[in-house]
Amino acid sequence: MENESKNIFQSVKMRSENLKAWFGTHEVLHGITLSVPEKYVTAIIGPSGCGKSTFIRCLNRMHEVVPATKVLGSVYLDAIDIYKNSINPVNLRKKVGMVFQKPNPFPTMSIRDNVLAGLRLQGIKPYDAHATVEKALTQAALWDEVKDILNRPGLSLSGGQQQRLCIARTLALEPEVILMDEPCSALDPIATAKIEDLIQELKSKYTVVIVTHNMQQAARVSDVTAFFYLGELIEFDRTEKIFTTPKNRKTEEYVTGRFG
Amino acid sequence: MVIDLTEKQAFRERMIKALLFFCGMVSVLTTLGIVGILVFETWGFFQHVSFKQFFGDTQWTPLFTNQHFGIWALVSGTVLTSAVAIGTALPLGLLAAIYLSEFATKNFRLFVKPALEVLAGIPTVIYGYFALTFMTPFLQNFIPGLSGFNALGAGIVMGMMILPIIASLSEDAIYAVPPSLKEGAYALGANKLATIFKVVLPSSFSGIAAATILAISRAIGETMIVVIAAGQQPNFSFDPREAIQTMTAYIVQVSLGDTPTGTLAYQTIFAVGMTLFLFTLLLNLFAHHLRRRILKGHL
Repeated sequence: MENESKNIFQSVKMRSENLKAWFGTHEVLHGITLSVPEKYVTAIIGPSGCGKSTFIRCLNRMHEVVPATKVLGSVYLDAIDIYKNSINPVNLRKKVGMVFQKPNPFPTMSIRDNVLAGLRLQGIKPYDAHATVEKALTQAALWDEVKDILNRPGLSLSGGQQQRLCIARTLALEPEVILMDEPCSALDPIATAKIEDLIQELKSKYTVVIVTHNMQQAARVSDVTAFFYLGELIEFDRTEKIFTTPKNRKTEEYVTGRFG
Repeated sequence: MVIDLTEKQAFRERMIKALLFFCGMVSVLTTLGIVGILVFETWGFFQHVSFKQFFGDTQWTPLFTNQHFGIWALVSGTVLTSAVAIGTALPLGLLAAIYLSEFATKNFRLFVKPALEVLAGIPTVIYGYFALTFMTPFLQNFIPGLSGFNALGAGIVMGMMILPIIASLSEDAIYAVPPSLKEGAYALGANKLATIFKVVLPSSFSGIAAATILAISRAIGETMIVVIAAGQQPNFSFDPREAIQTMTAYIVQVSLGDTPTGTLAYQTIFAVGMTLFLFTLLLNLFAHHLRRRILKGHL
């Protein structure tokens, strides 16, 4: 067990060091130090308002998109501090993609154009647009359902399909890390199961960080789990340890459903 | 406890209802009255002038002995000044809206928005003088052939007048684009400019189109500016340097009092008014349709 635990962290893809974040004058993260293992699924759990969404939004510098926010500390992608001055957040987000809580396909675009949106927004003309679309949709486990209706609006799909379309749109950019902010909270159980299966497949190629409210989901999909409480990282370990033998009393109370 | 309405209260309720109904009906009756008179007088006009004379001619000289009734001479003037106005107001207004909703600080927005409203509140007669005594002489520095009364100066100033409509309504439309769409674009590595032009503007297209159509409708109906600065010369021409006459300006010219009521010349203003009314009605219906689509969530 101990050995395997070391293996997981052999290769660290992202690492935050003493990361603090504010909304206005309200400090929501009080110095988070956490390593995200490469090509594994890292789950962030914790009660509402614990800073888990803010944390992953700091990993691709989306936190600063909201006015009057502030971040201090460092986040490393491989060996590069993404908060140093020379980093352009726009370029960073091509490597660290994000899927949001509510599916947000672009309403004016077809399914095909939604998949290509990332490239087009960056002004890149795909070498083989059709191949890009097929590959991304296949990886997002959506190709078979939409291959004959690629010109229909993205919004014509069901909620679960829209969310997989948003995942496909992220995959089309071939990122290294995919951040998911409660990607299933607006979906029904069947759609959720599909997304969870998909996350399992994605980790063969990508590093995934998922924020979730749903502890069963964290237990099902993740390899390591971080428990956040009131802006602090309380415990971070292999998922089965967090859910079976947590070291911290607060963690135990949360995963057994006694609060949260 | 007595909870029944007393007779006095019930009577008061009925009176208030009747009063409110009457207030609501005033605008409906006014509209019906205006349309009724327009239709009636226009019908009288077409007893004397054929459709062919009205739509098949490009000269408009009902006040001369050699009468021509080619409405196109007035329509071209209206279309020309409105086109210049939209050509001025749409780019400026849209860019102002983008700036206000996406770049301006909160304080600047709070300062500029009311300033725009003030622009909308200036009496149009003042715009007219501004066009005649400032804009035209100013333009003559660059455009040698520009006559003293012209469609260009009047159109540009009219553009300034409708700028607030476009800027303000477009800003509302842009502001209404859900932040989640912008975030989606940012998360795909889009910069701010690409996000605005490829995601935000297409998503607010209906609102911007509705704003533009309302502004066009306002420009078509605008009177004082063109009466003062565009000339009084029915002129089937699309050269903005020339003097023209719009439909509204013609109606003013006849309404000033030289034309006896009941004559054919008098009836022309109703035929022109009807044409004008149909123009703006169609545009307003179209704008209304677009706005309903937005409310229903079809972007």
